[in-house]
Amino acid sequence: MAASPPNSMTVREPWLDPSAEPYIRIEQVTKCFGEFVAVSDVSLNIYRSELFCLLGGSGCGKTTLLRMLAGFEEPSSGKIFIDGIDMSGIPPYERPVNMMFQSYALFPHMTVEQNVGFGLKMEGKAKSEIADRVAAMLKLVSMTQYGKRKPHQLSGGQRQRVALARALIKQPKLLLLDEPLGALDKKLREQTQFELVNLQEKLGVTFVVVTHDQEEAMTLASRIGVMDHGRIVQVGTPKEIYEFPNSKYVAEFIGSVNLFEGQLIEDKADHVRISCSELDQPVYVAHGISAAPQARLWVAIRPEKIHLSLEKPAQHENWTRGIVKEIAYMGDLSVFLVLLASGKTVRVTRPNMWRHEHEQMTWEQEVFLHWHDSSPVVIGA
Amino acid sequence: MSEPSSAQLTTSRRLRSGARGRMAVVAVPYLWLLLFFLIPFLIVLKISFSTTQLSMPPYQPLVQWTGEQLNQLRLNINPGNFLYLWQDGLYAQAFLNSIKVAAIATFITLLIGYPMAYAIARSSIKWRGVLMMMVILPFWTSFLLRVYAWIGILKNNGLLNNLLLWLGVIDEPLVILQTNFAVYLGIVYSYLPFMIMPLYATLEKMDLTLLEAANDLGCRPLRTFLTITVPLSMPGIVAGCMLVFIPAVGEFVIPSLLGPPDSLMIGKVLWTEFFNNRDWPVASAVAIALLLLLVIPIVLFQRAQARAAESE
Amino acid sequence: MSSRVSWSRLSALVFGFAFLYIPILSLVVYSFNRSKLVTVWGGFSTQWYGKLFENTQILDAAWLSLRIAAINATGATLIGTFAGLALARFGRFRGRTLLSGMTTAPLVMPDVITGLSLLLLFVAMEQAFGWPAGRGVTTITIAHITLTLSYVAVIVQSRMATLDGSLEEAAMDLGARPVKVFLQVTLPMIAPALVSGWLLAFTISLDDMVIASFVSGPGSSTLPMVIYSKVRLGVSPDINALATIMVGLVTLGVITAGLFMFRKERLRIRDMQLAVSAS
Repeated sequence: MAASPPNSMTVREPWLDPSAEPYIRIEQVTKCFGEFVAVSDVSLNIYRSELFCLLGGSGCGKTTLLRMLAGFEEPSSGKIFIDGIDMSGIPPYERPVNMMFQSYALFPHMTVEQNVGFGLKMEGKAKSEIADRVAAMLKLVSMTQYGKRKPHQLSGGQRQRVALARALIKQPKLLLLDEPLGALDKKLREQTQFELVNLQEKLGVTFVVVTHDQEEAMTLASRIGVMDHGRIVQVGTPKEIYEFPNSKYVAEFIGSVNLFEGQLIEDKADHVRISCSELDQPVYVAHGISAAPQARLWVAIRPEKIHLSLEKPAQHENWTRGIVKEIAYMGDLSVFLVLLASGKTVRVTRPNMWRHEHEQMTWEQEVFLHWHDSSPVVIGA
Repeated sequence: MSEPSSAQLTTSRRLRSGARGRMAVVAVPYLWLLLFFLIPFLIVLKISFSTTQLSMPPYQPLVQWTGEQLNQLRLNINPGNFLYLWQDGLYAQAFLNSIKVAAIATFITLLIGYPMAYAIARSSIKWRGVLMMMVILPFWTSFLLRVYAWIGILKNNGLLNNLLLWLGVIDEPLVILQTNFAVYLGIVYSYLPFMIMPLYATLEKMDLTLLEAANDLGCRPLRTFLTITVPLSMPGIVAGCMLVFIPAVGEFVIPSLLGPPDSLMIGKVLWTEFFNNRDWPVASAVAIALLLLLVIPIVLFQRAQARAAESE
Repeated sequence: MSSRVSWSRLSALVFGFAFLYIPILSLVVYSFNRSKLVTVWGGFSTQWYGKLFENTQILDAAWLSLRIAAINATGATLIGTFAGLALARFGRFRGRTLLSGMTTAPLVMPDVITGLSLLLLFVAMEQAFGWPAGRGVTTITIAHITLTLSYVAVIVQSRMATLDGSLEEAAMDLGARPVKVFLQVTLPMIAPALVSGWLLAFTISLDDMVIASFVSGPGSSTLPMVIYSKVRLGVSPDINALATIMVGLVTLGVITAGLFMFRKERLRIRDMQLAVSAS
């Protein structure tokens, strides 16, 4: 329904290459717990060295999908292939997959070194090799001096590093991370996000991350899969997901958005015109869409893409009149809630580029809202 | 999709080998409890319908072959044991008396145990462990000896009477030992830790901000206690009461050591039927009747246990 | 909170603990009484302890009881751990309700019923298979395991419920097979529960008179059976001496365990404070 995103000049985008062989293939996987369908007919390709985020609210099935990759749950139907091998019936301890748990699941009765070396010990590796690789791994996550400590003697951030080191030491084909930063406070989380991305690029291991935090997903991911009610509703790069949501659900879940119901009145190859009863003027979109004539549609406009002015805009389309009802000063930006004549409230955010900007805007003032013709996204009803 | 069936075969084989390990873990306790806990009840049920005879074992088999052919089979089902229990007022009286004694004793245990559990749960964290340890400690020492201690205290020239005489409260020693009062005392004393433990567990977990919220909304302390604390500790109250009531109904040692010689407690009656009268069928019938009586409290107890396990 | 409220709590504790401990203290005090009349103080003496150690009937019974209690505790811990593990970790398997019922029911079942039913089972088994031949140590041990494995199962199950299940998954994820997961991760984590389960099973076995009376045979009188037959005839000071020894041993054990745990807990808290201040 949405227009295909413009091809940007990025480094690696194997998903755009039809000849690329996916590293992880999830084929029509469904998982039921009794009557409850946790994951419903999910098909997904993930490529080598990707950092793929599964994003969704609680109970959307993202963790169940992750646990099926790890082998803790078997799909009720469908198949999972990792590096071309069918994973059905292969127990977790035989999969080339490791996981970093939300709780970190560090063994409390073992030291940091014993925790990190556990996987190699299970493989029956020689003591000297285990010691060397543990040392190297601890160096990688800057935890060398904490090797003899027990988990309860570590801070949250240190535990996170140990959990990561333990999951990486077996050089898995695939690393699964369940809310990897959920237990950290906000400041530490931002710093760790970048560390995680750097580490992933350095090692080239394929990461699949589960998170409910859209900001985290946007920062980390090469691509995001948005999940809702057990289904994958959209897959794309962070930019695609944000700029071209394919459904009301995705538009509302990622960031905030103003949605207007409308009807197609002009359908050309290079532009469309949509009439929205809630807006004073029609919406002009500078690209074609594929929809039935007279179809009912939704127009989505992000709050930061709407401009405010006191004078009436010159153009005929893409503006409406309103009255400022609320102003919230947030420091880096200000949030305006503008009431339209139709009774609809529109959210507008403006960056505070210089001091005293927007000071002429005040409560109960009449303003004009307008936007660029590339800003609206058309979503099927 | 048609995958080769060999892949599916390995799949199911792998899954089955994991399942086999689990099966072994379940099977050991399962078979043990079936053989030594469940089947014995069926045997008790069977024998409760048989007839006494002078032999070893002292009852007739239910089914007897009197000859070679099947039609010479003889059934010796004897409902008489239950009829006997019903008609002889002694047993009905013993059942009623046991329930009465156990119920009153349970109630007194609750009255003493609740304030203790509450006080421990609201004391500082440093003290809670020590105080709970002190509640459990007597439970680790011999039950029999703790009941025996009360003989020394309660008898006519015992500690309590000496103390009361010395204080001048009484002029003549009171007869306390071998009364129902002594039985109540023995049950309350022996089972108090069982009441405190589940009560403490629920009271300790309780969210104290609920009480503050109630106070904030204008509820006075006593009312808060009755409308918030008590309802929230209900699972603990049920578990504690059942933990005391059920074993108390069938209690043998306490009534036999502290109670009147002719006291009618059903545990004692069963013991006498079995050991003194050697009437195994009647003893079995008493056991079955007692079990039927306790089914409802046992189910209540298990539901309280399950709820406690879920909330953890 | 007002001081009036804490006074009422304090009095509840003082009254309650006085009630729990005065009878035990009276046993201890009168074990050192010279007089045979238990309630009349005739001066300090340790003669009853000497009498106790001359009484071979009590000593033999005590030795028998200790042996049964140790075997019972070990067996009950093994089987009870399996039951607790299955109930806590295996989800909803077929027959779970029956297993959970059979493990909680013995906790409250009156002893006379358990004793009678097990005796009737042993008699029927002997008739049918010739085993167990007669009744004695074996039958008492089986009966006690049946009774006490429930306690172990409940302790293990509640300990497992508080454990983070992802620890076991993490071990499996790192390549540990189920048996290894159990030995290297689950077992060390539930070890304290197993110790308290073992001790509880030991104590209950050492304490049981009713069930043992049903399923024992000639020549296999346990300590509680001997105590009961003496106590039924009235108070005797050498039983006080025995009680004092048992109370002393238990108190010593509990205090040692308590101090050990207290020290470990203090170290743990100190470590956590260090970790927080370091970060």
